Amino acid sequence: MEAKEVDKAHVAVDDFDPKIVAFCCNYCAYAAADLAGSMRLSYPPNVKVIRLPCSGKVEITYLLRALEDGADGVMVAGCLEGDCHFMEGNYRAKRKVRHAKRLLEEIGFESGRVEMFNLSSAMAGRFAEIMEEMTERIRKLGPSPLRKG
Amino acid sequence: MDEILEMLARYERILLLGCGTCVTVCLAGGEREVGILAGQLRIHARQEGKSAQVDEHTIERQCEKEWVEEIKDRVEGVDVVMSMACGVGVQLVAEMYPEKPVFPALNTTFMGYPAQHGIWFENCRGCGNCVLHLSGGVCPITRCAKSLLNGPCGGSQNGECEIDKEIECAWQVIYDRLKKTGRLEWMNNYQPPRDWSTAGSGGPRRSVKIEEVLD
Repeated sequence: MEAKEVDKAHVAVDDFDPKIVAFCCNYCAYAAADLAGSMRLSYPPNVKVIRLPCSGKVEITYLLRALEDGADGVMVAGCLEGDCHFMEGNYRAKRKVRHAKRLLEEIGFESGRVEMFNLSSAMAGRFAEIMEEMTERIRKLGPSPLRKG
Repeated sequence: MDEILEMLARYERILLLGCGTCVTVCLAGGEREVGILAGQLRIHARQEGKSAQVDEHTIERQCEKEWVEEIKDRVEGVDVVMSMACGVGVQLVAEMYPEKPVFPALNTTFMGYPAQHGIWFENCRGCGNCVLHLSGGVCPITRCAKSLLNGPCGGSQNGECEIDKEIECAWQVIYDRLKKTGRLEWMNNYQPPRDWSTAGSGGPRRSVKIEEVLD
């Protein structure tokens, strides 16, 4: 019985399909995702994209809530530094993500599950690459301790 | 954060209570900060394998009975109230719900203004005996590290305070301000030792506006 349970856990890790929530800026990452689709680039299907009017719109509570609700990883994708449609929204997002990591570290939670990325709307290849990178990172970290069920 | 976790360690059902007035504009204990701390508390508890119910609620003002009364049902449904108000709010909530433990989530620091978004400067101690009309609108009690009434001291160097180079010498600012407004001779006015009983040394203060008191 015990052995069976261990086996089950082992299989679960092997089959681990990380759930990732990506908060994407409308002007870059979201458009890059769209372009990646048009170009038929393949990237991990486990990423749920949420469109924001600007990465600066992200709130720390969005990131925490996504983790609470069972996301294994959360990312924010904004424009390249210096290229924000609203001048400095991506810098604000960067600071918020940095602060969210600090808040998670304070309570002993792996802050690597949260990350900020920058890309432009033309960088469809990079978008797919980022999704691979994040999925790989989360796969290494394993399922979130907050996963439901 | 460790201090907060320690305070709450024994309790399962928590009401995290924000205040919609001063601590909201100071980005310390409003609805947004309640959401963040509540998230942290829930994540921490679930990580530890504990069940924790963290209710989030923000009222307009925790320093007025009428607002605090309205949360009666919420308070009854929890084991502990963690207040994100200033010390005034925490005390009123504790006073109105004496059966319930009420803890402070913040260290209330000072009365000040935001010099820029995210940076605050202290500029009033509430000492109960204002001298701003004599000091060019700059409070020497608060902004002079020594609270000198007859300054500056010998530690004023190039407009900086000897306690910390980041602090402007309040008396340099007072001098400049008086000069600009043609009142420089006020620098020669001697301020006698003052009665600090109005500043709290005479015990907790109370204020009565008799015409406002309802029978």
